[in-house]
Amino acid sequence: MIRKNPNYSSRQYVVIGIFSIITTILLARLFYIQIISEDYKKDNTVRHTTLYPSRGRIIDRNGKVLVYNDAIYDLMVVPRAVKKIDTVSFCNLLNIDKDTYINELKKARRYSSFKPSVFISQLTKEEYGKIAAVLYKYPGFYFQIRSIRSYNYPIAAHTVGNIGEVSRQDLENDSYYSIGDFIGKSGIESYYEKELRGKKGVRLIVVDVHNREKESFMDGRYDTLPVAGKDIILGLDADLQQYGEYLMNNKSGSIVAIEPSTGEVLAMISAPTYNPTDLVGRKRSNSYQRLLDDSLRPLINRAVNGTYPPGSTFKTINALIGLQSKAVNTTTKYICNGPDSSPIKCTHYHHSPVGLIDGLENSCNPYFWNVYQDMLNSYRFKNVKQGYQFWYDLVLQFGLGTSFKTDIASNSPGNIPDTNYFNKLYRGVWNAMTVRSLSIGQGELLVTPLQLANMAAAIGNEGFYYPPHYIKRFEDGSMNDSIYHKVTIDIDKAYFKNVKEGMRNVFEGNRGTARFYRIDSITVAGKTGTAENPHGLDHSIIMAFAPIDNPRIAIAVIVENAGFGSSWAAPIASLMIEKYIKGYVTRPEIEERVVKFEDIK
Amino acid sequence: MGIKNIIGKIDWFLLLLYLALLAVGLVSIYAAAFNENHTDIYDLTQNYGKQLLFIGISLFTGFVILLIDAKFFNTFAYLFYGLSIFLLLFVLVSGTTIAGSKSWIQLGIFSFQPSELAKFTTALAVAHYLGKNDTDFSKIKTKLIASGLVLLPMSLVLLQGDAGSALVFLVFLLVFYREGMTGLILITGLVAIILFLLTIFFSKWYVIIGVSVITIAVSFIIGNLKKNILKIIGVYSLIVIFVLGVNFAFNNILKPHQRNRINVILGIEKDTKNIGYNLNQSLTAIGSGGLTGKGFLQGTMTRYKYVPEQHTDFIFCTIGEEGGFLGVTVVLLLYLAFFIRIIVLAERQRSVFSRIYGYGIVSILFFHFTVNIAMTIGLMPVIGIPLPFLSYGGSSLLIFSIMIFVFLKQDANRMNIL
Ligand SMILES: [Zn+2]
Repeated sequence: MIRKNPNYSSRQYVVIGIFSIITTILLARLFYIQIISEDYKKDNTVRHTTLYPSRGRIIDRNGKVLVYNDAIYDLMVVPRAVKKIDTVSFCNLLNIDKDTYINELKKARRYSSFKPSVFISQLTKEEYGKIAAVLYKYPGFYFQIRSIRSYNYPIAAHTVGNIGEVSRQDLENDSYYSIGDFIGKSGIESYYEKELRGKKGVRLIVVDVHNREKESFMDGRYDTLPVAGKDIILGLDADLQQYGEYLMNNKSGSIVAIEPSTGEVLAMISAPTYNPTDLVGRKRSNSYQRLLDDSLRPLINRAVNGTYPPGSTFKTINALIGLQSKAVNTTTKYICNGPDSSPIKCTHYHHSPVGLIDGLENSCNPYFWNVYQDMLNSYRFKNVKQGYQFWYDLVLQFGLGTSFKTDIASNSPGNIPDTNYFNKLYRGVWNAMTVRSLSIGQGELLVTPLQLANMAAAIGNEGFYYPPHYIKRFEDGSMNDSIYHKVTIDIDKAYFKNVKEGMRNVFEGNRGTARFYRIDSITVAGKTGTAENPHGLDHSIIMAFAPIDNPRIAIAVIVENAGFGSSWAAPIASLMIEKYIKGYVTRPEIEERVVKFEDIK
Repeated sequence: MGIKNIIGKIDWFLLLLYLALLAVGLVSIYAAAFNENHTDIYDLTQNYGKQLLFIGISLFTGFVILLIDAKFFNTFAYLFYGLSIFLLLFVLVSGTTIAGSKSWIQLGIFSFQPSELAKFTTALAVAHYLGKNDTDFSKIKTKLIASGLVLLPMSLVLLQGDAGSALVFLVFLLVFYREGMTGLILITGLVAIILFLLTIFFSKWYVIIGVSVITIAVSFIIGNLKKNILKIIGVYSLIVIFVLGVNFAFNNILKPHQRNRINVILGIEKDTKNIGYNLNQSLTAIGSGGLTGKGFLQGTMTRYKYVPEQHTDFIFCTIGEEGGFLGVTVVLLLYLAFFIRIIVLAERQRSVFSRIYGYGIVSILFFHFTVNIAMTIGLMPVIGIPLPFLSYGGSSLLIFSIMIFVFLKQDANRMNIL
């Protein structure tokens, strides 16, 4: 045999060339996949398991734990890993019917057959205990532990706020969160979210395609431990808060108590309130809807967002500014003609003429109208508008007309009209007569209970206050309320002493509007008020502080549609003060009457 | 011929390349099928233990082949061919269905595919026919008979529903080309495939610009523009029309889901859920290997069964993940050296039978190599054919080994032919 067609032997180079080119193409593609492209780098065999930190607890000023964490258990399923099981006994174990089992499994499979989904969420510890013992019989199912909030005392719902699952907005704003995470939705939980939430940890686990965990990735080199959230200690006094909520039972309104020397909120009640436990876990969405639909609007925090005319309580401020303006002094007296007085009638019967102390004691409208008029028209000011500006600036120093920039989120500024407002309203032509309602705390004036309590604290302190706030400190000392600085009011201390004298008589004087609610061994100073309510019965108001010389508590109480301040707000304030200072209450008959709230008309 | 004689004449270079590929395969299967409870490579309960056994059987068979008279396979080529055709017909009637293809014969614990045997015997038959003294390949009749020898087993394999294996028989075109068939068909087909892929992967404009540049360059190299200008313009126009046509067909005629499928197959688009799940896992396994790879037994993707069929058809993933780009380069160059060595040996044969047989088996092996790796890295649709010498599997390894040893024997015997 001899070679045929030897002339074709050069074609071997073509064949070698083709082989080489194709091999080169394969290598080029591999170079692209392995070196250049980023698309194929992601190693999806490593499962990132989030380790949730425990959320910081919320603790009251005496160390009572208000809010802590409790474990709930989600039963998870990885559909692909589910084997043929005894569904009947499994359903009995879970206390579900077979349709539920099939539907849930279908739902999970629709999401992903090899990623875990929640099969039954938020099981209790007892249910968990029962199921976990035999769960090994049912491959594909496992438990995931999450923590939810629990409440030792079902109080201060508005203050502590609540947590819920993150919204789409939250997810966009902060990359820390992933779907299903909890976030503070309101109150302390929301304001101190970053401190309370702690820091999530992560564990990287190599898993096989059946979702079975094999080993920790790179010996745990990239794992991080969760950092627990910080415990926060509030200025709140749980006992006082609880007592206040008890007193406000079946009423609408608010109580705010502040420690004058620090600005810490001792109690903040908004009535009607709700049980914070209702907004936890599986019942959250139902409860939330029910509270939203409630015509009494329990979700609104009246203590910081309810605005009311301060009524006669505001006379204290007008007295102070009048004195500071030098238009009047402690000896200045005005004639009161009782109900016949003009332009504002007096609602009380008393001797005439009256000075500062008895003007406050009797809440004499004509006295304060005259003070206000003489101040605005004082020769020290070029005109009424300048006088008004003087008054306005000092009113604002009491924390009125603006919101407090503290951890009391979105507290309302209320309303103190400025000169521009009246210039616009009256086209530049106005005088003391035009704005006379302001002299007795009516007209355009609006304050929140929080502002009113702060006002009491400022007067009790004789000219300064700390912006009211919830926090005392974080347990680890990382933050405390020293970030809130003392605010001093430009009114002489002596005038505060004068006004306090008048406020003492409100409780201690023979004709004082709150004289029935004196407390043995505690000298209380205060001022009652009645806020005119165009929509119905007037609101009953008081602001007070005690003891008068070194006040430990300043308080504001507003009971909506309850008439005179002396009838409802005053006894509540009195009981609260006694409860806080003594720790107990000596007047059960008053307490009983307040709680019943019957003879209202 | 004695053993001593064989040892002196055998081509040790090719044999060593063959053994090196077997070793790479065994190591890869060990890594892919690694079981912590059975780390012993001899463990016959594990796939690597079995593969080691298959290697032993293959080497023993090869040794026996080296002892058989060299003329044996040439002489009985038609007999073997006839036997495999009979077996192909037999499985059509009463074969065992495995993985959707009715192409297996079960012999005790050993199952094998006649189609694999047919690749070998067809190479023998074609070589035998064209190697006869009175055969003249320039005749149409010869070409038809040679093609018939190929088309018969190919059709039977296709009837079994094994399209991948049927395609293998097309590689005999390469053999025919070497023996004098016009190269135009081969080149046209090759160019068309390359242009098709380039058009889908890149913008049509890049391809047209590239083609234009090459055309201008070729024109200058050829020279004598006046004479060739019409041909050049003609070919250039055809290419441009083809590119635009492919582009148009792909973007306008195909329905979106069809386009997606092709996109995913080609790796242009990612679809981690459905169509391309397996392919994506395979690409991710290889891609995550990077330059140097994760190291032996460190390939988490392949070890934890992310890649389907990873010890058989997708064995290349393990090499990509654990060996990285450097690893795959070494393996690909090993293969290329192996193929080129076979061609070089084929060319030095005095016997036409030996030469054609050499080209036959190198074409078959190269086709498996290309299609298997191309599908693993998303350059081709997933066709289930093994990577020669590397994929797990007894019957394919045995047949591929027999092919090589028969060729080694022919080569060792080449000086005995006048
Ligand atoms: Zn009067």
